[in-house]
Amino acid sequence: MPVEHISPQLFEKLVDLAAIALDPSESEYLRSELNNQLTAIKELMAIKLDETLTPALHGVPFESADRQAMREDTLLPYATPEDIISQAPQSEDNYIVVPDIPHSELD
Amino acid sequence: MLELSAYETIEKIRTRELTAKQVLEAHLDHIKKVDGVPGKLDFGELSEPEAKKVHAFITLTEDLAYQQAEEVDRQLDNGIAPGILAGAPITVKDIFCVKDTLTTAGSRILSNFKAPYTATSVNRLQKAGGVILGKVNLDEFTYGSSSESSAFKPCPHNPWDTTRVTGGSSGGSTASVAAYEAALSLGTDTGGSIRQPAAFCGVVGLKPTYGRVSRYGLIAFGSSLDCPGPVARSVKDAALMLQAMAGADPRDSTASNRPVPDYLSALQKDIRGMRIGLSPDYFRNSMPDLETGEIIYEPIQKEIEQAIYDSAQVLANLGAEIVEDVPMPNTIHGVSVYFVISRVEAASNLHRFDGVKYGYRTGKDVSDLHDLYRLTRVEGLGHQPKLRILMGMYVSAAQYSAQYYQRALKVRRMIRDDFEGIFDKKGSYHLDALLTPTTPSTAFELGAVYGNTVMMQCADQFTVPANHAGIPGISIPAGFDQTGLPIGIQLLGPDYREDLIMRIGHAYEQATQTADWRKAKPQVVRELEE
Repeated sequence: MPVEHISPQLFEKLVDLAAIALDPSESEYLRSELNNQLTAIKELMAIKLDETLTPALHGVPFESADRQAMREDTLLPYATPEDIISQAPQSEDNYIVVPDIPHSELD
Repeated sequence: MLELSAYETIEKIRTRELTAKQVLEAHLDHIKKVDGVPGKLDFGELSEPEAKKVHAFITLTEDLAYQQAEEVDRQLDNGIAPGILAGAPITVKDIFCVKDTLTTAGSRILSNFKAPYTATSVNRLQKAGGVILGKVNLDEFTYGSSSESSAFKPCPHNPWDTTRVTGGSSGGSTASVAAYEAALSLGTDTGGSIRQPAAFCGVVGLKPTYGRVSRYGLIAFGSSLDCPGPVARSVKDAALMLQAMAGADPRDSTASNRPVPDYLSALQKDIRGMRIGLSPDYFRNSMPDLETGEIIYEPIQKEIEQAIYDSAQVLANLGAEIVEDVPMPNTIHGVSVYFVISRVEAASNLHRFDGVKYGYRTGKDVSDLHDLYRLTRVEGLGHQPKLRILMGMYVSAAQYSAQYYQRALKVRRMIRDDFEGIFDKKGSYHLDALLTPTTPSTAFELGAVYGNTVMMQCADQFTVPANHAGIPGISIPAGFDQTGLPIGIQLLGPDYREDLIMRIGHAYEQATQTADWRKAKPQVVRELEE
């Protein structure tokens, strides 16, 4: 049997955090693929890491010669905001309309 | 006319032997014959005749194409020099924004999204006189290696054998170029998504150095890995297309300021004295055992291995020095590292699709905004984006990050160090390029791998190290296997040295120009001629 890195309970928590809602058959498939993927990357844990290694957030060094100068922080009005608003599934008076926003107390 | 290279087509348009409009009409006519129904949502059963079509397109932008072709012809009528891509027919992977054009990313969640602006790379192709024929299919949000995960069906079929996958995720791009539906295509490569389908479809695919081509207007997958790049039928055509797109962009702070060399003139130099490496670490197919996680090694497909040795001999005959046994010990970790880093970046990029600002929104009654998010995302996203969100969140969560994400970033450094070592001019190998297979096998059958996300990811094992390292890579055709499926060979080079790998690729093409295998034509084209 493949290792269960992600239990059904942990999976449900991840699904909730991901803001998705799944039916049972999709849940079963996705959880099994996640567990397979985590098994597949087990070899990563066995790699000996030199203490001097720095994390590589990107491959090519991003040297100052490669970088563009920072832009001035100036306001540039968008020429046709209605093109942007018109993409929204629901809008009114140039505002995007959404259902009620729930409020929850932080612990 | 269809079989001309982009370079030749442009020359004929410039010299008025052909008009851009004639070239466009010939391609549109051919697309109607070979492409079949375009990809759409909720597609039913595939009929037998449709199963033999290419299905590269999601959206044909005929009106836009006519405007552009007529503009090129008008410029020439008025004695104005058109751009370097004057009249070249180009398809665009449907992950790039093109103003007022459906830009779906192959996903239901963007199925109705019309981009309000145009990506820099597309804009530059248009300014250079390129004629955009349409938007072509891909894996949903580029997440895959077969183009089967698109929500728009039928998915693209391999023009050499329509029962086989095109590879992916730029499968629509490589299929459209292989089937002569376009001379060029714009793809993206995050883990091999240009080079792997280029190998499967028998075309040239170039992943430029990270930052060489702007990502502005590209719907992001892995922001530290994504590279837009050309798909073409020759290295020279790829060079021409890269020339039009490369360079700094004030709209993408990661687009490099480095000057863009003249790629076409670089192709004219010979390759005498160039040092080209072969590494044993690219001659074995590694696959994890899903019960134990142990890596199992298998030989790569025999004909692919032979193609590498044969092409190395061709390059040696041209005066290159072949250096064998180059150690690339961290190649094996490429897929594992990718499973972590690309998922973290994808999860971050996918949170913006929520049914609020643009795209699909659930039609069901919802109680509040959270409900809207959940239902929209579950209905709008397919399995692959959902998996990437879940995996990305898990491996970057506070309690697991040290074990997975932070560790993967350090192993990524080790992969980068492998390449820095072999390309170091003062190092013991001081290579100009590394020659490898692009893929461990030729194109697999439709449906044979799809669904097994680990096996699918392993199709990228020879391409993904270049994405981690940021270096450029190119896949070029090098013959066929016994069943007539194309074989691709890959050249990897140092940062910003697209000129070097294209020079070697071009030299190989010239030296093998009269080879018998170059006379072969894809199944979909052969059937038209019969």
